Amino acid sequence: MKKVQEDSSRRAALKTMLRGAGLMGLGGAAWGGVADGLQASELTIRPPAALKEAEFVKACIRCGSCVEACPYDTLALATPDDRTAIGTPYFKPRTTPCYLCTDAPCVKECPSGALDIGKITENDLLNINKSKMGVAVVDQNSCIAFWGIQCDACYRACPLLGEAINLKFERNDRTGKHAIIEPVVNRELCTGCGLCEHACITEKPSIVILPVDIANGKAGSHYIKSWDKNDEKRINTTKEKSAVEANTAEDYLNDPESLFDD
Amino acid sequence: MINIIGRNRFLIIRRSVQLLIILAFVASSRWGWSVLKGNLSSAKVLDSFYLADPFAVLQMFFSGFVASSDLIIGALIVLLFYALVGGRAFCSWVCPLNVVTETAAWLRRKLGLDTTTDNIRIKRNIRYYVLILSLLLSFVLAYAAFEVVSPIGMLQRGLIFGFGMGWAVALSVFLFDLVVLKNGWCGHFCPLGAFYSLAGKLALVEIKHNVDNCTDCMNCFRVCPEPQILKNVTKKTSLIDSGECTNCGRCIDLCEDDALKFVLKNLKNNKNEN
Repeated sequence: MKKVQEDSSRRAALKTMLRGAGLMGLGGAAWGGVADGLQASELTIRPPAALKEAEFVKACIRCGSCVEACPYDTLALATPDDRTAIGTPYFKPRTTPCYLCTDAPCVKECPSGALDIGKITENDLLNINKSKMGVAVVDQNSCIAFWGIQCDACYRACPLLGEAINLKFERNDRTGKHAIIEPVVNRELCTGCGLCEHACITEKPSIVILPVDIANGKAGSHYIKSWDKNDEKRINTTKEKSAVEANTAEDYLNDPESLFDD
Repeated sequence: MINIIGRNRFLIIRRSVQLLIILAFVASSRWGWSVLKGNLSSAKVLDSFYLADPFAVLQMFFSGFVASSDLIIGALIVLLFYALVGGRAFCSWVCPLNVVTETAAWLRRKLGLDTTTDNIRIKRNIRYYVLILSLLLSFVLAYAAFEVVSPIGMLQRGLIFGFGMGWAVALSVFLFDLVVLKNGWCGHFCPLGAFYSLAGKLALVEIKHNVDNCTDCMNCFRVCPEPQILKNVTKKTSLIDSGECTNCGRCIDLCEDDALKFVLKNLKNNKNEN
């Protein structure tokens, strides 16, 4: 009799534990799903000197100090309708760009290290032009400069005029006697401040800021620039093994059998 | 008139404190005051030192980021403060969502929704599981899991920086507390409240019940947001020393018999008294 009681109490305890675990699972899955949905688009433009997106979302305590420090009211904390990690700072360059204050008050006010002053410090001096909030990308179809109409609004607006945006002169084949003056972004130097996007005169901006990770492609380490002495050195250090054996190509040509289907 | 004020003493003081704190933040955001800069997640006080939400810093730690020393020290100051005055003093004296949920609870009483027997029942200790879950999820998702869904965060940031759709979240908490579950959010689910319940277990400021004065009117039970902590009331003289007490003092306000009061716990006699 006693044994039966023990059994049933053990069974009851087991049931409670199972139910508890189930509830935790339910809560965890629902919560995790919702949180991830709120988590945001990768297209968010962060303040200067921000850590990489995944690290930034971890590190930001969402206090809004950077927002308060910004003298241009560029920054805002994300609300639930912003499609960005809730409570984290971001800005929309088309509305208000970053004016690259030389003393970077937003970065200095950050208590958590999510904005890392080291990223914009060079030889112990603050250099706001080192910031990488994003990179400007031109839509050559809607940019009227590419149509042959003269417009250099983005070039003039760029705080690194002649460096981050350059003008390239091309012959206008349509008229045969004019130039097409194209804006060209230097991705190495562009800070992503968005003054160009802000200044763009087309209805929807034809030059927009994208996060660096989104805008930039990657060739892969197996491409080596033979004309670049430094890059070519990689050929000695690379550990990647070729997917094709050195002899396979030759063997393939010397073995006519394999060229035909059975 | 004096009677009305007297019977709402702590309510009036609490609302003033809640309002002043939010106002200090708004003043720094709008007019550049430097009394309290930032918000309830982290604030710079008088341009000299930081305060930080210890639960947020803990979640950050679980997500794999060790916060700066400014934040860790700030979090420890806050934690120490609430460990002494009673952790959940944050809930009833600072948290702006408290105004929302207490309004819901008040309306519930006025509309007679409290007495209906078909209320769903959920155990109040579920909040401790929510607390564990928020730390686990912070680890799994690699960001502070509660901070991204916290209605407290959305409300306080909304008040200081502008709402967006954040008001809808506060409204849903209000309606949940009003029609679904009494003290639903604060009393059952909020992991921040659970965190402070644990932090304030050994607090020095507590409410003492004197059974000799008690007339069993049950006013305190009706108004207490955590009535389970009043287990000894009407039975024996004792300290209400549960960490779940928010030190809101509403029971003292409404007690007509002087049977409840705030006391500083006497560490030596503490054991005899319970």
